[in-house]
Amino acid sequence: MSIWEYANPVKFMKTSDKVLPWTIGLAAVTLITGLIWGYFFVPSAENFGGSVKVIYVHVPAAMMAINIWVMMLVTSLIWLIRRHHVSALAAKAAAPIGAVMTLIALITGAVWGQPMWGTWWEWDPRLTSFLILFLFYLGYIALWASVENPDTAADLTGVLCLVGAVFALLSRYAANFWNQGLHQGATLSMDQEQHIADVYWFPLLMCMAGFVLFFVALVLIRTRTEVRARRLGALQQRERMA
Amino acid sequence: MIALLLRDLRLAVRAGGGFGLGLAFFLIVVTLVPFGVGPQGEILARIAPGILWLGALLACLLSLDRIFALDYEDGSLDLLVTAPIPLEGVVSIKALAHWITTGLPLVVAAPVFGILLHLAPEAQLWMIVALLLGTPALSVLGTFGAALTVGLKRGGLLLSLLVLPFYVPTLIFGAELVRRGAEGMNTQVPLLMLAGITAATIALVPFASAAAIRVNLR
Repeated sequence: MSIWEYANPVKFMKTSDKVLPWTIGLAAVTLITGLIWGYFFVPSAENFGGSVKVIYVHVPAAMMAINIWVMMLVTSLIWLIRRHHVSALAAKAAAPIGAVMTLIALITGAVWGQPMWGTWWEWDPRLTSFLILFLFYLGYIALWASVENPDTAADLTGVLCLVGAVFALLSRYAANFWNQGLHQGATLSMDQEQHIADVYWFPLLMCMAGFVLFFVALVLIRTRTEVRARRLGALQQRERMA
Repeated sequence: MIALLLRDLRLAVRAGGGFGLGLAFFLIVVTLVPFGVGPQGEILARIAPGILWLGALLACLLSLDRIFALDYEDGSLDLLVTAPIPLEGVVSIKALAHWITTGLPLVVAAPVFGILLHLAPEAQLWMIVALLLGTPALSVLGTFGAALTVGLKRGGLLLSLLVLPFYVPTLIFGAELVRRGAEGMNTQVPLLMLAGITAATIALVPFASAAAIRVNLR
């Protein structure tokens, strides 16, 4: 039993068909619990006021925005090396979700920044690099949309994803150098002691799990759609040939 | 490879528009900026490094789609791919030819445009250094974008969307170098970062461009 079995579209469709309802259900439960917990059962922080509640959308969305590109990077590599179509389609399916997550992080950040910093937008390194990440997502999606041959599109976007990952990272550190930021440091990090109290931490963890599950469910649905669209295209082509 | 370089340069010069167009565009940008922000010298001097860099960026972008498109249309790109020299080398030479026709004239003309924008005298030298170090990276990254979109009918707008985010680090460090030079601060860090980005770009990106061309000609 190896993970590469799921590269077979038939096997992928069969398994994802079984997994999907569970993922959707679990995502709904964790997301709703996390958000309700965070919004109604957590005291307001003293120097943040009620606006701290944005954190339950802002932080998970920002985390997903970066990690979705990493996921696209991995699936693109798998496609470029092992030529598994499902992998390329998963990368295609994930890109618009990543773009929306980036947008959510930017908008909730603006909503949060207005009462906290007194401004909707500031050319802070974190904000700026997210804007650049959003542009990379747009370019990636546009390239997928404009190349007709699916295999060529998969190859080109795969290369773009690899080079883009390097430059998105480079832009992040260049932006750091360019301007000192307003944004607070990382809320969550593995190597340091916790930065926020447990009351806020557990619902946040719940929301993050919810976002991850929600993303997995969406990617599964969208990849299944792509696989079906590809089959439909193949059938139509066969009909035309006959 | 030298023959290829000479051929590209000759094409750029004789076909018209290659050499002068980027420069003329640069001049127009520099001329329009004072109309937009007002003729006060101190404001212009403050934003001059950024304007010159943006002008260089846009002038470079304008001529990108020509790098491979013409060769693709008349079939000579197929010949270049099957030629006994590595495609990575072809791509690098193409980038070099593009730099000589658009980047180099900008570097040479930058002091003149700097005077138009009241760029501080002590920043002039840094402007030349920054453009000299930074524009090769713009050309090489541009070839990557051109290679991705070579098979497309209307790749122009898409090309800008793909290429411009890649220019961010070069722009940041290039403009910062000139700004620091103008204010007499330490310029070592942006100088080294700019040179490092250009060197790494020249060394690595041609492989990605060549891969994209191979895919597009499959």
